[in-house]
Amino acid sequence: MSSSAEILSQAFTLGYTYTRSTGPIVGQFLTALRDRKMVGIKGSDGKVLMPPVEFDPVSAQALSDFVDVADCGVVQTWSWVSEPRKAHPSDKPFAWALIKLDGADTPMLHWVDADDAAQMSTGMRVKARWAEKTQGLISDINGFVPEATALSEDYQANEAEEPITGIDSPSYLTYNFTAGGATARYLAELKKGKLVGQRCPSCENVYIPPRGSCAACGVATTDEVELTNKATVESFTIVYIPIPNNPIKPPYVIANLVLDGANISFLHLLSECKNEDVRIGMRVEAVWKPEEEWGYAMENIQYFKPIDEPDVPVEEIGKLKKGGR
Amino acid sequence: MRDVAIVAFAQSDCVRDAGARNEVELIMPVLQEVYKQTGINSAQDVDFTCSGSCDYQQGAAFAFVAGVDALGAVPPIKESHVEMDAAWALYESWLKIQMGQAESALIYGFGKSSPGELPIVLSQQLDPYYLAPLWVDTIAFAAMQARVMLEQGLITEAEMAEVVARSRKNAANNPHAQLKGDVSVDELLAEPEYESPLRRHDCCPISDGACAMIICTVEKAKEWGKPYAVIKGIDHRIETHHIGSRDLTQSISTKQAAEAAGVAQGPVDIAELYAPFSHQEIILRRALNLSDDTKVNPSGGVLAGNVMMASGLSRIGEVAMRLINGEGKRGVAHATSGPCLQQNLVTVLEAQ
Repeated sequence: MSSSAEILSQAFTLGYTYTRSTGPIVGQFLTALRDRKMVGIKGSDGKVLMPPVEFDPVSAQALSDFVDVADCGVVQTWSWVSEPRKAHPSDKPFAWALIKLDGADTPMLHWVDADDAAQMSTGMRVKARWAEKTQGLISDINGFVPEATALSEDYQANEAEEPITGIDSPSYLTYNFTAGGATARYLAELKKGKLVGQRCPSCENVYIPPRGSCAACGVATTDEVELTNKATVESFTIVYIPIPNNPIKPPYVIANLVLDGANISFLHLLSECKNEDVRIGMRVEAVWKPEEEWGYAMENIQYFKPIDEPDVPVEEIGKLKKGGR
Repeated sequence: MRDVAIVAFAQSDCVRDAGARNEVELIMPVLQEVYKQTGINSAQDVDFTCSGSCDYQQGAAFAFVAGVDALGAVPPIKESHVEMDAAWALYESWLKIQMGQAESALIYGFGKSSPGELPIVLSQQLDPYYLAPLWVDTIAFAAMQARVMLEQGLITEAEMAEVVARSRKNAANNPHAQLKGDVSVDELLAEPEYESPLRRHDCCPISDGACAMIICTVEKAKEWGKPYAVIKGIDHRIETHHIGSRDLTQSISTKQAAEAAGVAQGPVDIAELYAPFSHQEIILRRALNLSDDTKVNPSGGVLAGNVMMASGLSRIGEVAMRLINGEGKRGVAHATSGPCLQQNLVTVLEAQ
């Protein structure tokens, strides 16, 4: 590497907004939870598995024989979380526990709301604390509490009758994404108004944006190459569909552009021309935003606009002067 | 089954945060290193390539595809990927060679866990109806497993601390380790509990990094003229996802895999065990029935540095390199996945 890269990072949240079908076995368990009831399922050996599974863990036989189970039982093992994470079900210190409910033969995982670790012990009795409003989710049990704890049973009665067949199970994960070394150097130059690619030391192809390697040769790209603002249209599409949160009004042109001296194309907008005049081989030039608006982003270039130069023959596009030389 | 030779292995340092290095930049140095060890130029010089990684770790969709940019896949190569530890990528490659579809293979694993909150990310690999919505994490399950063992008198806290002290001591000789140094059992036991009954040092650290390996038929290894160790047996088994139905005090799947891989068919000089939590090393030593003569985790193991999705392959690479260097004649490597050692892969290796 020519120089140690500036570390560019950005926080972001990745959301998986899944809905899941439950199938009949999990569905029946969740339907019972919605009614603040517990049901287990009989395994091939007659033991009651909790929570219910579709197939016996040993014999692999399909299971279907539901059994009522109490909403109280015994802690078989536990761990104490003194510093709960943001995603955890409790804001204050709590215990995870494997709890064997009365009438079940296997323990289920849930959490216990206890004052402190000293209140927890293996063998202690706990009872479910039902959520005020149930939905047919595992979180309808708002944790377990030591059995002696008084609970106000001020519940909203469940009025839904349809059995649960599907659940919303969104999952949001938070990351601090860090750009790679090559990307960080590229973005740093872009912030200065320069388009800087990287050349493969082996095949001499020039890549922009660079990713740190030549995908064809599998070697690190180290030489940096400043490219011009001029490019050739390799391909394009006219977008007629409005895209949510996109300020650009359709119809507009998105093009695959190959910068002069580069061997790989990137996507950008094409403007200052009639959409129907856009063609493969057309010569274009970057239109930059005012300097004070430049950041670490390709949006520093507002769009590309046509220039008065002869078209590049189709068969030459993307095969422009190997190595940018 | 034909013997399969391990001719090259390389691993990056285990670091808490690889900073401005993307997956390609993490992978490329270890690939170049195994090419050099083997005397080849690129992935074009092997018949098959397989990788192990998990995009959820860094939160970058298709990072495993982006990783292919490190290979030089022009013209196209035969390539595959497992969303698992690269030890299972080795298993797939070993099968390819057994089936006669390849004579040589490149395997690599990488993990960049630093961008996310790893225990929480891993919670989402669990049952999507009963467990994932509660965000119960890997540390919690390990802690509950340790408590069962402590309360049943199957282990002591001092034994757990001994595992950690030995790991840190052995890691002092491992240039890639993240946590190393001399620390006594008494000092460790004086530390506060983190997620009771575990102390922070009972849990592996979170690391970024990568590793790579080249395997081939014995004939190909001779043609290349490089020293090698051979895989004599490899097997993996998985236990039910219904955690309440498992006996957490032992690792039945490790026992089964060990039997199928032939661990007991000779003395074991060296063992590298993928035990992310100190008490799990004790469970694994018992499941593999290792004697006191076996040197366990001479690298320090994953308590000294744990690159998720690469650590399992690194255990195998560590044993192979030590056998090649003459530190022993026969070794065992273990890789794991899932909560409380749910899935286990056991490899038996021999020096030549």
